[in-house]
Amino acid sequence: MATLPADPMVPDPYRVGQVWKETFDTFTVALEPAHNAASSAFSPGQFSMLYVFGVGELPISISGDPEEPGRLIYTVRSVGQATHALVSRKPGEMVGVRGPFGGCWPLAEARGKDVVLVAGGLGLAPLRPAIYQVLRHREDYGRLIVLYGGRSPRDLLYRKELAAWARQPDTQVLSTVDYGGLSWRGHVGVVTTLFRYVRLQPARTVAMLCGPEIMMRFVTRELESHGLQESDIYLSMERNMKCAVGFCGHCQYGPYFICKDGPVFPYSRVRSLLEKHEI
Amino acid sequence: MAEKTQAIVEAGQIERLIEVLHSRGYEVVGPTVRDKAIVYDRLERLADLPVGWTDEQEAGSYRLKRREDGALFCYVVGPQSWKKYLHPADVRLFSAQRQGETFRILSNPDPPPPGRHAFLGVRACELAAIAVQDRVLLHDRYRDPIYQGRREGIFIVAVNCTQSAATCFCTSMGTGPQAHAGFDLALTELLGPDHHRILIEVGSEVGAEVLAELEHFQASDDVEREAETAVGRARSQIQRRMDTTGIRDLLYSNVDHPRWDDVAQRCLTCANCTMVCPTCFCTTVEDVSDVTGDHAERWRRWDSCFTQSFSYIHGGSVRSSAKSRYRQWMTHKLASWIDQFGSSGCVGCGRCITWCPVGIDITAEVGAIRGATASAGENDHGNT
Amino acid sequence: METLERIVAEHPFFAGLEEQYIQLLAGCASNVRFEGGKYILREGEEASQFFLIRHGRVALEISAPHRGRLTVETLGEGDILGWSWLIPPYHWRLDARAVDLTRAIALDGTCLRTKCEQNHDLGYELLKRFAHIMERRLEATRFQLLDVYAAHK
Repeated sequence: MATLPADPMVPDPYRVGQVWKETFDTFTVALEPAHNAASSAFSPGQFSMLYVFGVGELPISISGDPEEPGRLIYTVRSVGQATHALVSRKPGEMVGVRGPFGGCWPLAEARGKDVVLVAGGLGLAPLRPAIYQVLRHREDYGRLIVLYGGRSPRDLLYRKELAAWARQPDTQVLSTVDYGGLSWRGHVGVVTTLFRYVRLQPARTVAMLCGPEIMMRFVTRELESHGLQESDIYLSMERNMKCAVGFCGHCQYGPYFICKDGPVFPYSRVRSLLEKHEI
Repeated sequence: MAEKTQAIVEAGQIERLIEVLHSRGYEVVGPTVRDKAIVYDRLERLADLPVGWTDEQEAGSYRLKRREDGALFCYVVGPQSWKKYLHPADVRLFSAQRQGETFRILSNPDPPPPGRHAFLGVRACELAAIAVQDRVLLHDRYRDPIYQGRREGIFIVAVNCTQSAATCFCTSMGTGPQAHAGFDLALTELLGPDHHRILIEVGSEVGAEVLAELEHFQASDDVEREAETAVGRARSQIQRRMDTTGIRDLLYSNVDHPRWDDVAQRCLTCANCTMVCPTCFCTTVEDVSDVTGDHAERWRRWDSCFTQSFSYIHGGSVRSSAKSRYRQWMTHKLASWIDQFGSSGCVGCGRCITWCPVGIDITAEVGAIRGATASAGENDHGNT
Repeated sequence: METLERIVAEHPFFAGLEEQYIQLLAGCASNVRFEGGKYILREGEEASQFFLIRHGRVALEISAPHRGRLTVETLGEGDILGWSWLIPPYHWRLDARAVDLTRAIALDGTCLRTKCEQNHDLGYELLKRFAHIMERRLEATRFQLLDVYAAHK
């Protein structure tokens, strides 16, 4: 564990290395530390707070390869002023980074087991570091199953990579969309419909979920109907975040602070909260 | 300090106490009358205290009244708390200067004020509140350097309450009316027909040094008994009760209780309760830049879980109803706080009851959810 | 015929069904094959069959004025296609089109319907299985309706 910063609210300077377009509204930004001293180490599932000069700060999950040192990768959907400002940075420009914050996907617990990753929408981005990790240490894990649901074909992230992952041994990658166009020859239907094409071995499977809360509720139900125990299901939760270190109170979710107790939770810990409204 | 070190001084020595604290480099802050309320501000002399004033408080009501005597501390807590100094409402986190395509972050959070603070007149419930905020901001995984800078080296003069307000319920929360720890000096005001004295208890070595500079006398057993009686009076005046037996599970298991709909009919979501609460710590951040756009600052400001924006995530508020926001506040304060920080977030000061414009009473809300009139029982509020 | 019986018997949809019913179902079954792009069934036409998809992908489509063909769901290997043969007025409610070359087993619904009317035990066994499929599709449809990935919801 890295030592804690003297002032966790003050960002470190990073430079924009590259920005590339993933979809019509989503971009991936690569940041490099402006000073050699800054570390870009992180664990899959963690997030950073990204500061755009004078505009504001955003909590963004790290979506790059944890074993590729020297830069931090973020996939950002441009939906508001701050996200737009972030993805509009040019190479060489500065962005402030705090973090990484939060806990990580249970990749250690999943060793020797099949790994099922279920992503919805932008939720594939926080899961991508876990995919990299499993593929790099392929022999440590059983089968890798990636189920990915998006709104429409033009919303799907990382399509080339999805195809490349699907060619890896013992790896099944299925994508589906809620709304397929005429040219779409892939699956149409919500992400849970993909479970028809997967043979799960519930006793030796760990599932990791990331996507909108409702989507994760449907997926947990599906996983349980296939015999998975709630203790083998993990999900990444989202709430408003201002400080990321447990001071601002915004990200509270029942007894938890998403920023420091999450964002990844075992389903057993949040199940009763997920079933309640407006928690 | 195995034995309680106590001494007795004439009430006029409080003037001397302020002088001594000034001479030791402290800025003395404490209760003073402003805008028809007792607030905390700089004290230059004894006369700045609310001498001869008292307060009358009820749910949704606060009035100052003249007393017949020159009592210094015969009132309880007002709308402000010490978090005004320790965890200020507005503080700069850093500023940044644009330099061509890049910018430089000038790590210059607002420095703590020059000269340390001496808090004069901290009530037992407020000592508990400071301890609660210490736990949140100093003793969690991360440490807030801004709070730490303001908290370190403060001198605390506690005051044991000798009367209580109708809104007080410190006895239910195990925090008062007597201060037991966390102070440098603790005062008990003794008002008799022919005397006006202060019993001073020493809580630290610095406290003992300060006491040594006052004209003080050994406290007799009679004086100590008189002080006990005075504090006992405050204790016996307390009418409000909150039964904290199993309160965490009570609230966790009553997320869908109809009482939340009931309170939501009354709650204006004005956030007053969170502003006056001495333990509420939530903040937001605001980014500002000057007209040239070359200089930007990031500020931290008090925020409240009663606002819509508090729980906003892309596209909407998680807690859009008043019901869910009141429930969040009360459940956090009394239940999830225990999971998060090992104690209740409520110290029983009663401010949220007094300053609620519609007089919502947290003790009554707990009682209603419990489904019984609040009964005294074994407390597990976690405050010690 | 033996292979068809084995395929029917081993299909999870028919798991736990008595041997005599399996034989009966296999008697109503035939292998079918659809080239990519070919329609398997059409909205409004009489529904006299259902399909166990063995291979390929099938799009369930509804044509809407000015919007063309809308795919509401795709089905694939192992899926059951079609229940309108079981529910009056026995007409298909949407189009099903093979996206890719699709192989399936077709079961004669008209024949099965008559047998179900005569043998309510068989009827109940089949209805239970179709009710489960309908429940799954309804749940998926509700989830789909929520449009959970939309930017502003």
